[in-house]
Amino acid sequence: MFGKKRVAVIGAGMTLFRRNLKETGKELAWEASNMALDQAGLELKDIESVVMGTAPDAFDGVHMKGEYLADGAGAWRKPYSRVFVGGGTGVFAIDAGWWHIASGQFDTCMVVAEEKMSSCYPHPAYAFTTIFDPIYSRPLGVTLIWIFALEMHRYMHVHGIKKEDIARVSVKNKRNALDHPCAQLGANITIEDVLNSEVMCWPVQRLDISPTSDGGAALILASEDVAKKITDNPVWIDGVGWCIDTTFWTNRDLYYPKYVQGAAQMAYKMAGIKNPPKEIDVAEVYDPFDYKELHHMEGLMLARKGQAPKLTAEGVTQRDGDLPINPSGGLLGVGNPIAAAGLMKCCEIFWQLRGEAGKRQVKGDPRTGLAQAWGDLMQYGSVVVMRS
Amino acid sequence: MAIEKITDTRQMLHWPGHMETDYIYTLGIACEKFFIEIKENGRILGAKCKHCNYVFVPPKLYCEKCFAKLAEWVDLGIQGVVHTFTVAHIDINGTELKDPEIYALIKFNGAEGGLVHKLGEVRPSQVRIGMKVEAVFKPQPNRKGNINDIKYFKPRE
Amino acid sequence: MSEKIKHFPGESLKGRDIREGRVPTIKHRPNVKYLWSAGVAMSRFLEGLKKGKIVGSSCKKCQRIMVPPRAFCEECFRPVDGYTNVKDTGTINTYSVSYVAGDASRIKEPILVAVIDLDGASKGMGILHLLGEIDDWKTIKFGMKVKAVWKLPEERTGTITDIKYFKPME
Ligand SMILES: [Zn+2]
Ligand SMILES: [Zn+2]
Repeated sequence: MFGKKRVAVIGAGMTLFRRNLKETGKELAWEASNMALDQAGLELKDIESVVMGTAPDAFDGVHMKGEYLADGAGAWRKPYSRVFVGGGTGVFAIDAGWWHIASGQFDTCMVVAEEKMSSCYPHPAYAFTTIFDPIYSRPLGVTLIWIFALEMHRYMHVHGIKKEDIARVSVKNKRNALDHPCAQLGANITIEDVLNSEVMCWPVQRLDISPTSDGGAALILASEDVAKKITDNPVWIDGVGWCIDTTFWTNRDLYYPKYVQGAAQMAYKMAGIKNPPKEIDVAEVYDPFDYKELHHMEGLMLARKGQAPKLTAEGVTQRDGDLPINPSGGLLGVGNPIAAAGLMKCCEIFWQLRGEAGKRQVKGDPRTGLAQAWGDLMQYGSVVVMRS
Repeated sequence: MAIEKITDTRQMLHWPGHMETDYIYTLGIACEKFFIEIKENGRILGAKCKHCNYVFVPPKLYCEKCFAKLAEWVDLGIQGVVHTFTVAHIDINGTELKDPEIYALIKFNGAEGGLVHKLGEVRPSQVRIGMKVEAVFKPQPNRKGNINDIKYFKPRE
Repeated sequence: MSEKIKHFPGESLKGRDIREGRVPTIKHRPNVKYLWSAGVAMSRFLEGLKKGKIVGSSCKKCQRIMVPPRAFCEECFRPVDGYTNVKDTGTINTYSVSYVAGDASRIKEPILVAVIDLDGASKGMGILHLLGEIDDWKTIKFGMKVKAVWKLPEERTGTITDIKYFKPME
C-alpha cells in the first residue's frame, strides 16, 4: 500500500541494564549495536543509515548527545539522525528507522538507543524537574512523580480500581524479569510487598516504580530484498504509529491515554488490525509504573476502559495467558534506561516472534506482536506492530 | 499581534531559574586505561585498529570505522607536534585574562586524532604550527587520573 | 535477550564505588542560569495573579475558556478572541500526597498537590496547585470544592505562588 517498501527486523542486541555501568554512553551504544550486527550477520559497512534514540541530554550530562553518541552507534560518515520524544523515544526510534527504508531511500538502517542516567546527581529525578513549565509549575516545587501520582489516582478513581489490582503488574513483571539475563530488578515479590513499600507520592509506592538505569539496545532493519537474502526468519514491521496530546497536561482527563489510542489506531490501520486483543499475540507495553501497563493496555484497546486490572487478575497477561503482556519483565523488572528500555521492548518482540526468547518464550506460536512507549510530558505515544 | 523587539529578557515579565544538577562521569573502559597509564606511568597510549591500521588517541574501545573491538595499545611517548593553536585573551565568562593562555591541538607520531591541551613555558608570539612539544606532567603523587595530570605541553629543545 | 546470545556486555558498579572514588570519575556542575520570558498570554496571567484574579483566554470558534491562558487556541489554531477572568474556586480533579522532594530526597510533612478544575473555565480546564488547611489528608475527596487562599496584595509578585494554596470550602 502507498507504494511503500516492506521493512524487516533482522538482528537485535542489548547490554546489561544496571543502576551504574562503568562503560560510557558511547561504549554502551557500541556494545549493543555491535551485537545486533553480529546477530544479523552483517558488518558496519553493510549499514546505510543510522537512527539514534536517546532521551534528555540532562541525564547523561552531555548536551547534544546525539552527536556525542554517533561513533558508538556506527554513524561514522553515514546519514545519521537522533530522534527524541522523551520516554517514547525507544519505540519512536524504530518507527523512524522504518521510514528510512519504507521511503525507498535506504536498504539498511541501524536503530540504536542508549541512556546513562547514573551520571546525574543528586538523582536523575532532579534533572526531570526541568521538563516542567518554568513559570506555571516549577515554583510549586513540582517533582516528576507528582504527575504520575495524579494520573494514577485519577485512573483509580474513575474506574474504582484498588491498589492491589495494580500491584499485580509489578509482581508479574519483576517475576518475568528473573528469566531475563540483562535484568536489573528481577524478583519474586508479593502484592503485600508492594502495598507495604514506602509511600512516595500517594498512591505511588516504592515498588510501583521502575528503577533508574544505564543501558543500550540496538536493532538492524532491512528492506525486503536485502532481508530475504540474509535471513529465512525476518520479522516484519507492519504498523507504526505516533501521536501527541495537549501540552497543557492539566487540561487532559488523565484517566485515559488518548495519545496512545491515536498512535495505536495509526499502527493498526496500517497493519490491517481490526480486533486488537484477538489479533495481537504478545505485547510489550510501556510500564515505568505498574498502573501504566494497565492504562496503556486500555489506550492500545487491548482491554476495554477500566478492564485491564481484571484481565491481569485473571492471569490473561501472564506469559502462559491468552494475551501475554511484558514477557521480558518490562521496565519494572529489566530496568528503565529510558530510550534503551523502549527499544529493549522492540528487541523482545523480535525475539518472541522468532521463537528465540528461551525461558521467556510465550506459549503458542506468536505471529503478531506490539511494542509501545510513552513519553514527553506524559502525553506522547509511540507504537510498532511486528509480524513473523 | 505585534512582535516586540526586546532583546533583554529582564525588561519583560520573566521568571529566573537554573538547572542545578551535578554530574559524575565514569571514564569508561578505554578512557579509564588511558588515564590510569598517565597517572601511574606518565605514558600516553593510543588504541590501534589492526584492520584499518589506524591508531586512535584518545583511545576508544572500538574502531569507529570498522566497529572492531580495539585491544592493542600503542605507547605514543610524550612528544607531539602542534597541529593548530589559539591564544585565549578572555576566560569562559568573558573576563580579560592578564596572561593570555595558549591552547593547541597536539598530534602524536603514528596516531590519528590528538589531545587538546595548554602550552606552557612559551610566549604566544613564539608558537608555530608544526612546533615540536612534549608533555609536562604533575608530580606523580598529585596525579588524579584526568587530563589535568598533564600540566601543559612545552616546546622541545 | 535471544537464547542465541551467550555474553551480555556491561560492567556493573556499586554506587559506593563511585562515591568513594574506587573507580576514576570526572565531576562537573554546569553553571548556567536562565531567565524565562513569560510571553504574551502568561504575562497576562501573572499580572492577573498580582491583582488576585485568575485569567483565562477564550476561543469563540470552539467556545472554550482555557486556563492557563494561551495566545492561540491549539485546537482551532487561531488567535484567541480575548482574555477573561475565571473564578478562584474549583473542584479537585485528582490529587496526590508527596513525601518526595524534587531531588528525590524524602520529606516528613507531605506536600498535598492537586489538579483543580476552575469554575468559570471550560470543563476539564485544570491547573496544578497545592492544597492547604487540611489536617488529615484522608479527608481529601475527588470532586471536593476548594477555594484559592491568596497572599496579601502587597506580598504578591506576579507568580503562581501568589496563590498560597487551595483550601476546602465549607
Ligand atoms: Zn577499524
Ligand atoms: Zn478554539
